[in-house]
Amino acid sequence: MNDRAKFGSERTVVNESGIEIRPLYTARDLEESGGAQAIGQPGEFPFTRGIHSLMYRKQPWTMRQYTGFGSPSDTNERFKYLIANGQTGLNVAFDLPTQCGLDSDDALAEGEVGRVGMSVDSLRDMEVAFEGIDLERITVSLTVNGAAAILIAMYLAMAEKRGYDLKLLRGTAQNDILKEFIGRGTWVYPVEPSVKLVGDTIEYCAALAPKYSPVSVCGYHIRESGANPVQEMAYAFCIAKAYADEVKRRGLEVDEFAGRLSFNFNVFGNIFEQVAKFRAARSLWARIMKEEYGAKKPGSMWLRMIAGGGGLTFEQPEVNIVRGAYYALIAALSGAQTMALCCYDEAYTIPSEHAQRLSLRTMQLLIEEMGLTDTADPLGGSWYVETLTNQMRKAMEEAMADVDARGGIVKLVAEGAIQAEVSAQAYSMAKRIESGEFRKLGVNCYRVEEEEKHIEFHPYREEEVRAQIAGLCEVRRTRDAAAVAAGLERVEHEARANLNVMPAIMQAVKSYATVGEITTRLIGVYGRYREPIRF
Amino acid sequence: MNQRTRPIRVVLAKPGLDGHDQGAKVVARALMDGGCEVIYTGLRQTAQSVARIALDEDADVIALSSMAGSHLPFCRKLRTLLVEAGLTDKLWVIGGNLPAQDHAELRALGFKGIFPSSSRLGDIVDFIRSHA
Repeated sequence: MNDRAKFGSERTVVNESGIEIRPLYTARDLEESGGAQAIGQPGEFPFTRGIHSLMYRKQPWTMRQYTGFGSPSDTNERFKYLIANGQTGLNVAFDLPTQCGLDSDDALAEGEVGRVGMSVDSLRDMEVAFEGIDLERITVSLTVNGAAAILIAMYLAMAEKRGYDLKLLRGTAQNDILKEFIGRGTWVYPVEPSVKLVGDTIEYCAALAPKYSPVSVCGYHIRESGANPVQEMAYAFCIAKAYADEVKRRGLEVDEFAGRLSFNFNVFGNIFEQVAKFRAARSLWARIMKEEYGAKKPGSMWLRMIAGGGGLTFEQPEVNIVRGAYYALIAALSGAQTMALCCYDEAYTIPSEHAQRLSLRTMQLLIEEMGLTDTADPLGGSWYVETLTNQMRKAMEEAMADVDARGGIVKLVAEGAIQAEVSAQAYSMAKRIESGEFRKLGVNCYRVEEEEKHIEFHPYREEEVRAQIAGLCEVRRTRDAAAVAAGLERVEHEARANLNVMPAIMQAVKSYATVGEITTRLIGVYGRYREPIRF
Repeated sequence: MNQRTRPIRVVLAKPGLDGHDQGAKVVARALMDGGCEVIYTGLRQTAQSVARIALDEDADVIALSSMAGSHLPFCRKLRTLLVEAGLTDKLWVIGGNLPAQDHAELRALGFKGIFPSSSRLGDIVDFIRSHA
């Protein structure tokens, strides 16, 4: 389907966000889009050009591949492999039972233990997973959602036990439950108590682990579920505001917690649209924090972000290596603080060591050979990029205003309205791809029939599952049963009293109470989420 | 294909803990546009709940969407329950992240339509319309 329809002067080009792209940009376009006043300088409000003045010249982005499978010891081995190959952070994948608050021997966990991530039942597993890893040098991001409060507590308890000062401990937890209701689906409790729990983690960390980022708000998965780049940012910001509001209601000042909010966004798509998206989002977030929330510290206004790439294809998987390289370039041109690249085999399987190292090398190439760390915001001042940045910012503001006018993000998510919207868009995009209108290489153009695939499938080992369950039974048998019972009682009691449950969860995890045991107590108080079926 | 007096009824389920439902929802819409009635179960279905919903809804088609790799253990359990429920004359199909080496077992378990990632929507709809 190598036709000429994509070219020619008559063609109208509209980006994914619905903005018409002109064949040439000049100073006049920038003027018409609102001018240059929001550009500023890197490290200065409104941070369009980056949150630090020197950006990567001072410190390159953190490289943090998403990793985890099987048992904590399997995963620990892969962590060490990646660190030995130059990775500078860890981004931990947990299996679905862990993320959904189930123990490995729960009937609902059957067939899923250690399948898509590492299995964690108790503090013991957390200890094994990070054994021998310097948690000061390597910052850890935990992709936990439904069970985030418990897993954050386990991480902090593990670090404390190893002698780290929680006041200095850095790290991140995904812990963005509102986006789990929109896409990805590892929810446990109904929407309102889920948001309350996120508030508990923010409040707790602000007081006891002030350098730890207890929530990374994710536009990433909303985009994967069908949202366009403008909606990705707008919904993520509405969600971040919902968490900020939850914490402000408890009397915290914005500058006490906003400096530790972080974000996770997607980079696939049109290079310039993506770069403009990040630049626009940085200044929009800075303005929201300063003007709406009254933040005074610049750190509270910074959009700290991890950027990673979805958008890979099942077809011609080796082409994903090239896609990944462009995604890394986009993330670097956009000023991301952290990068995680999906691996070329990720549409098939848990990435092999080889594939993960290749992703790491892709990012390292930009640092070592391509000059991406020399100068902050290298695309700044381009009439095209600056005009698009203004236009994207305006579109994001409109999308956020629309959410507010319809009752706010918490209400719209609880009703399933956002879910219905993104799935309608996913369907319309699927049709555009099938018709060939929206190009996807290998999918609807430049197809190769009978391609040979060089994919090494990650084995799923049943004996690992049996060992994980045996380990869980061993923990249950050898721990102090009275201490566990007291910890669980306190969790339930404080949840019922509508107190911050984090201190109680900390006590429970330290007695080796399990993810499933704590979750069961919380479900007893909060109930379970019932998914509105809307699409 | 028999003359039908009603549209094809498809129970479309998300088995297990897998929360990636974008594909299932896209297929649900494509089937509806293709004239089918779709009963989408939502996430977190057990083999028991899929069999029960299929029976209660008088499904012509039992469709699963699995992205998280646990399709084989799930389908083994589901097969037993669907046989017990007398639903062997219905069309069983599955889509999602299904490695090629698993297709033979899925077929042997009774799944006539297997649609791995990258299958075309039109092919899924046509298959269901011609086999249900």
